[in-house]
Amino acid sequence: MLIRFIAVLAIVLIFWIGTRKMKIVPGRFQSLVEMGLDLVRVSIAEDLLGKKDGRRFLPILTTMFFMVLFMNLTGIIPFLNIAGTSVIGVPLVLAVVSYVMFIYAGVRKHPGAFFRNSLFPPGVPKVLYIIVAPIELVSTFILRPITLTLRLLMNMIVGHLLLVLFFTATSFFLLIGNGFALFSIGTLAFGFAFTLFEILVAVLQAYVFTLLTTVYIQLALADEH
Amino acid sequence: MSFSLAAVVLAADEAAHNPVFPELPDLIWGGVCFVVLLVFFWRGVLPRVKKLLDERGEAIEGNIEKADVAQREAEAVLEQYTAQLADARVEAGTIREQARVDGQRILAELKEQASAEAARIAANAQSQIEAERQAAVVSLRSEVGTLAIDLASGVIGESLNDDARSAAIVDRFLADLEASETSASGSTPSSSTGAVSS
Repeated sequence: MLIRFIAVLAIVLIFWIGTRKMKIVPGRFQSLVEMGLDLVRVSIAEDLLGKKDGRRFLPILTTMFFMVLFMNLTGIIPFLNIAGTSVIGVPLVLAVVSYVMFIYAGVRKHPGAFFRNSLFPPGVPKVLYIIVAPIELVSTFILRPITLTLRLLMNMIVGHLLLVLFFTATSFFLLIGNGFALFSIGTLAFGFAFTLFEILVAVLQAYVFTLLTTVYIQLALADEH
Repeated sequence: MSFSLAAVVLAADEAAHNPVFPELPDLIWGGVCFVVLLVFFWRGVLPRVKKLLDERGEAIEGNIEKADVAQREAEAVLEQYTAQLADARVEAGTIREQARVDGQRILAELKEQASAEAARIAANAQSQIEAERQAAVVSLRSEVGTLAIDLASGVIGESLNDDARSAAIVDRFLADLEASETSASGSTPSSSTGAVSS
């Protein structure tokens, strides 16, 4: 839990400083903060949802992205060393938020018709509804939050396990493994490589999580749906 | 062997936490983190960013507008300058033309004056010559008479002086002379008067 609070604190601190005195011509730090916010605002929200809807859902999406990103990154920061998202609470909470958001978006946009359209997509022969409706039910309303949760959770757990594995092995070979001390160099190198890889994964998972939520909202808002 | 054992132990250790089944405090605190961040971004960061982006857009538009105004001003000034330049050229042309005309006029005047002066001088000379000729004629008239009488006296051997007759002869001779002279030169003055009248 402490790790999450630290991550929250880091986010608040960085963005509070970054946006405290914003100038029209940005400085270095402000540019960096703006770049991060623009990633969510432009390339996720506005690209997929358009300007109007993008602005509506921007607070949720921004929060999601940076919360996941920072809590992922705690996994490779020395002395924190475990991702805040590698315990199921945060991924699950975020997945539930995503679930509620896209259902809310759909119901607001097509009151009364959202669930019918989701389960019985128009343009499909009526006989096929016997097959389509259960598939849609499972994939849309059951699997989406579960996959969101598990994808993030497992990525972080596995990353954490790999790092633990490599660094424990390094320590083991170096201190106890008589005659195998040279192996520690190899495991250390792998540990280092996977630390770098974890940075990529952290950013990627945050991006994927936010992007999928946006896509779900977009699908719910789509007129065809 | 002990290496793989350690891994298995670790994995088992993680699995013992039952990672897929959430615990209540985990959910609650995760939710709290989310809500805190949501409020922070929603109420704090994003409005500021939006304000900044609006301001930036306005600033850019303002600058573009300013540049437009400056450009228009520059164009107006350029046009004005061009017009002034054209005016100046026209004016210079006019002045040059005027000067040329003036020069010609002055030249003509001077020529006229010069010819008038020349005519005046010529006339003066003419009249002077005429006067001198008259004077010469008058003096000749007396001297020629005297000389002729002296000559005739010498020829005929007697004095013809103080004789009323001789004086009459001389006068008649001179009158004849004059008459022949005027008849000889009579054609010339008449032609000259004709030229003048025409």
